[in-house]
Amino acid sequence: MPVIDLATTSLRDLNQALHKLAKDTNETLWTISNPGGEHSIAVGVDAPVTINIGGNVGYFCGGMNNEAKIIIDGSAGQGVGENMMSGLIHVKGDASQSAGATGRGGMLIVDGNASARCGISMKGIDIVVKGDIGHLSAFMGQNGRLVVFGEAGEALGDSIYEARVYVRGPVASLGADCIEKEMRDEHRAELLELLKASGEDHKVDIAEFRRYGSARKLYNFNIDNAGAY
Amino acid sequence: MTKHESQWLPTTPRKSATFDDYTLSEIRRAAATGIYDIRGGGAKRRVPNFDDLLMLGASMSRYALEGYREKCGTEVTLGTRFAKKPIKLAIPVTIAGMSFGSLSANAKEALGRGASLAGTSTTTGDGGMTPEERGQSRHLVYQYLPSRYGMNPADLRKADAIEIVIGQGAKPGGGGMLLGQKISDRVAEMRQLPKGIDQRSACRHPDWTGADDLEVKINELREITDWEKPIYIKVGASRPYFDTMLAVKSGADVIVLDGMQGGTAATQEVFIEHVGIPLLAAIRPAVQALQDLGMHRKVQLIVSGGIRNGADVAKALALGADAVAIGTAALVALGDNDPRWTAEYQKLGTTPGAYDDWHEGKDPAGITTQTPELMKRLDPVAAGRRLANYLKVMTLEAQTLARACGKNHLHNLEPEDLVALTLEAAAMAKVPLAGTNWIPGAGGF
Repeated sequence: MPVIDLATTSLRDLNQALHKLAKDTNETLWTISNPGGEHSIAVGVDAPVTINIGGNVGYFCGGMNNEAKIIIDGSAGQGVGENMMSGLIHVKGDASQSAGATGRGGMLIVDGNASARCGISMKGIDIVVKGDIGHLSAFMGQNGRLVVFGEAGEALGDSIYEARVYVRGPVASLGADCIEKEMRDEHRAELLELLKASGEDHKVDIAEFRRYGSARKLYNFNIDNAGAY
Repeated sequence: MTKHESQWLPTTPRKSATFDDYTLSEIRRAAATGIYDIRGGGAKRRVPNFDDLLMLGASMSRYALEGYREKCGTEVTLGTRFAKKPIKLAIPVTIAGMSFGSLSANAKEALGRGASLAGTSTTTGDGGMTPEERGQSRHLVYQYLPSRYGMNPADLRKADAIEIVIGQGAKPGGGGMLLGQKISDRVAEMRQLPKGIDQRSACRHPDWTGADDLEVKINELREITDWEKPIYIKVGASRPYFDTMLAVKSGADVIVLDGMQGGTAATQEVFIEHVGIPLLAAIRPAVQALQDLGMHRKVQLIVSGGIRNGADVAKALALGADAVAIGTAALVALGDNDPRWTAEYQKLGTTPGAYDDWHEGKDPAGITTQTPELMKRLDPVAAGRRLANYLKVMTLEAQTLARACGKNHLHNLEPEDLVALTLEAAAMAKVPLAGTNWIPGAGGF
C-alpha cells in the first residue's frame, strides 16, 4: 500500500510511478498525502487502482483517467477529471470550473458545488453534483448524463448535442437549443441507476428532478434559426 | 446627326471595380440562399507573399557553394526545450494538421506515406487519430483541439508530438466546421456525434482560458506522457509578437504560426478573406519575440500558410523560421483540383484550380470526401509517392538557393540574404527594397 507524500516526493515521480502500474498490479491502494493544491495530480492513470488523496488538489486532477478510482478528500481546482475515459473520481469538497470537461466515460461525483462549465463538451461521462452548478454547464455536451441535486446557473446546456441533464433545483436559464424535456419511465430508471451508482438513491426523490436536453434545432443550419446563435 | 455623331462608337460598357462580377454574384447568392458562403482553402485574394522577395546570390563579396558537390544540410530537430524525445526530421518541410473527416482515410494514409518517405512529419486534425495515418506515419503530431474529438490517452501516448491548437491562419478566433454531408458513420463514431448533423467545433478550449492556464495544461499533458513528447502551440497569425511571447511563457517546445493563406476544411468566406495577416507579415515579429526572449532556435518556429515551393521554404527560413508546414500544396500533390477531373468539376459548377467546396464531400479527386466511391479514386500508395516527390523537389530547390547564398545548411540563411520587390513586402519582411538600403518602418512593429 504505497503512501506518497507530495511534500517530499515530486509530482513527476508520483505520476511516473502510477503510469508504470500494470493492469494486474497488486499495489491497488495508493495514498497521497500533502497534495497542497498541486496541479495534475494522478493524471493519465491507466490501471484499476484506488488512489486516496488527502487534501485539496489544483487543476486537472485525474485528467484522462482510465479505470482508476480517485477519491479527493478536499476540493478540486479547474478541470478535475478532464477527458476521463473510465473509472471514478469522487470530490468530497467543491469543484472549480470545467469539472469533467470532455469526459468520455466513468463517473465524476462532486459532494459540494461545481463551478461554471461543469460537464462542458462531455462525451459520455456521468457526472453527479450534490450541490449547485455554475453557468454554461454541459455546453456542447455530446453524450453522457449530468445530474444536479441543487440549482443550475445561466445558459445550461448551451448548444447541447445528445448529453442528458437532470436538475432537481431551479435553472437560472437555458442556453441555445436546450429545452426541458418530458421525464418518461426510461429517464426515471436512468436517473435511479445514476443515483444508486453515486450512493445517494436513498436520500433524494427522483420525482423532484426535471430533464433537459437538445431541441436539435441547430443540428443543421437554418437561416431562420440564426437568432439563436 | 453630325458627321462626328455618325462615326461615334458606343461607349465600352464599364463595370464597377467595387461591384465586380464576383461581388455581384455573391450578393445574388446571399439573397437567394440566406446563408453566408462556406468554403475550404485559404485566402484567395492576393496578399504580399514570398514572391515579393528575392534572394541575393553570392558574387564578389560572398562565396557560393558548389551545387551537387558541397553539402547543404536540411535536417531539423523539433522539441529540444523540454521533451525527452525531440523529433528529428530529414527536411524542414512538414505536413500541416488536416482532419480525418474533412479528408478521406485514404488521403490521410497518403499524407503519412509521403511524409515518411521524405523523412518528415504529418499531423492529425480535428477528428482524432486513425490507424491508417498512425500506421503510415513515421513522425505523427497529434493535435489537441478545443473540440477534443477522438482525444484519448492511448493515442496521446502513440503520438510523436502534441500540437495544442489555439487557432489557424484561415480563421484565427474561429472553430472548426464539418457539415452534415461528411459526417459518415465512421466520422460520427470517432467524434461521438449523431450522423449527418452539422458539426461546429468550439473556438475556445473547454478547460483552460488564457496563457496562465495554458501553462498548467501543458504541464498536465507532459505529466500524462512522462515528459517525452514535444509540445507545439499552433496559432493563427494575427498578433504574432505577443502570441509567440505567451507561447514561450506557457512552456511550448515548438510554435506553429499559420498565415491567412493557410487553408481550412470549411469556414465562412468572410472569415477566410478578412481575418488574420499574411504569413510574410507574421514571421519577423514572431522571430523578434523569440530573439527578445533569448529563445530563437531553442523554441523552434514552424511557419505555414501559402508555402508552395523551395523558394518559399528558403525565404521563410531566411526570415528566421526553423521549418515550414504545407497543407493545400500537399493536397494538390496528392491530386486535389487535378485537371484530369475537369468534366466532373464542371458538373459541380466549378473548374480545376478553383474547386473549394470541400465541405460538401463531393470531391472528384477522392480527397475531401467520405463517399466510398469517390474515396476509392485515390490510391494512397501512388499519392503518397507523389507527395514524397514533391517534398524532395521543394527541398532540392531550397538547397539550390541556399548554396547560391553560400550556406551549408538551410538554417544558415538569414534576412541579409533577402531583398524586397515592393514597399509592402520590404516593410513586412523587414528587408531592404531591392537596390536600396531602405527598410520602411524599421525600428518597431
